[in-house]
Amino acid sequence: MKHLLRALLFFVLALVAWEALFRAKIWSPVLVPSPVSVGRYLYEAAVDGTLWDATLVTMRRLLLGYGFGIALGLPLGLLTARFRIVKDTLGLVALGLQTLPSVCWVPLALLWFGQSETAMFFVVVMGTLWSMIIATDNGVRNVPPIYARAARTMGSSGLQLWFRVMLPASLPYIVSGMKQGWAFAWRSLMAAEIYVTILSGFGLGNLLHYGRELNAMEQVIGIMFVIIVIGLLADKILFSPWEKFLHRRWGTAK
Amino acid sequence: MTLSTELQSETPSKLSVQHISKRYRSGGREVHALDDVSLEVGEGEFICLVGPSGCGKSTLLNIIAGLEFADEGRLYTAGAPITGPGRDRMVLFQEAALFPWLDVLDNVLFGLKLKPGLSGAERTEVAQFYLKLVGLEKFTKSYVHELSGGMKQRVALARALAPNPRVLLMDEPFAALDALTRQQLYGDLQDIWQQHRKTIVFVTHNVREAVCLGDRVALFSPHPGRIKEQFTITLPRRRDINSIELARYAIEITAALKGDARPSDEYAI
Repeated sequence: MKHLLRALLFFVLALVAWEALFRAKIWSPVLVPSPVSVGRYLYEAAVDGTLWDATLVTMRRLLLGYGFGIALGLPLGLLTARFRIVKDTLGLVALGLQTLPSVCWVPLALLWFGQSETAMFFVVVMGTLWSMIIATDNGVRNVPPIYARAARTMGSSGLQLWFRVMLPASLPYIVSGMKQGWAFAWRSLMAAEIYVTILSGFGLGNLLHYGRELNAMEQVIGIMFVIIVIGLLADKILFSPWEKFLHRRWGTAK
Repeated sequence: MTLSTELQSETPSKLSVQHISKRYRSGGREVHALDDVSLEVGEGEFICLVGPSGCGKSTLLNIIAGLEFADEGRLYTAGAPITGPGRDRMVLFQEAALFPWLDVLDNVLFGLKLKPGLSGAERTEVAQFYLKLVGLEKFTKSYVHELSGGMKQRVALARALAPNPRVLLMDEPFAALDALTRQQLYGDLQDIWQQHRKTIVFVTHNVREAVCLGDRVALFSPHPGRIKEQFTITLPRRRDINSIELARYAIEITAALKGDARPSDEYAI
């Protein structure tokens, strides 16, 4: 409770300082809007629905691409861990492409798929997939060999061994891979939305982009806030339960 | 299958190790881990394999478990050749090797779930029976990291006993525990073994431990790994590790062991 109050006080003071700077008129109000006008923009965008629509469009793109990237990356990561030949081929590709900032996929996606949802999907998948493959592969390789030995003496083998032992045993690595994949996907999607306009839907990145075009600084800052809040919520909703699970079972530090 | 028949001990198995040899490369050197080792273990016998590090005793245990394969020789349990891991031979490792993502009960259920012919409720009942046997019936919902080292090995013992194996293979299971916990487990293991007869092969480098637990102690010598000498321990059960009679055996075996010890080798007496 004490921590919460302290944090709250800090943010109130920051807002007051911001408003004071705005009133001092050191910078042009076009460049530094008042917190009140940012608040007003957010309120109006929420009331007329643009904010919800944009959030929905963005979240749909993100979850679709992210979900697909995880669903594809996990089995591929298991394959690279299991088969040497997959490790030497796909594993190397993943290692290389993972170092590529995922926004670098945007030009290629546009050329291949045009200004379409498919392009957005592609960029998000590329952001997620490679780090998921590497995290899964890494997770399986770090499973203590004694687990597999113990399981085999109890009659576990083949797929049963993989799904009941190797996969759960590598969960700590897989969850941190999912987190990293999320961060990459989120960043690359924002970059893509700012970079290209797709008529099938305006996401938060588009609103940010138009805010700049219209010199509507309160819109730019307002949308940045929304993006931060979504990032924080995603962490709480998507990853907190997993981390609690890991903490409870493995006894690792939070 | 009813629960009572499931809980009834299967006949412990006779174990036959015939002319086993095993070499492997380690750090560019060829290690002759086992050289023509033969060993007969009777039904329900408790045998301890003792020797310095590198004498091949753990390798032999792994080969019996089906986790490693011999270059030459044959192995049989109850007359059937050993070709890989099997539910008739359960292993207890030095580390408990419990699964952290499962609670205690589910850890014990892991092997049981792979055993056909039991309903879910029966499996749970069997698991709880064995957890009670090792004194951990109150910890079914605990997670592995919440248990002490001794409790972990008790769970591992329950997990190994639950599918009702005919042979129990133990690879220095108590080596990482403190002395007090260890002594308690010596007593409990002897009690459990006398109630639920299993053929037990127990690897250790602690001579007293071997004398305390085994009907027979097989002494291994290294480079190449061979059985040097065997001792039959006729002390009455349940044996106390601190008794003088036990110490006499231990001194005799340690003297035999030191015959081929290098100065760097240490033995716990």
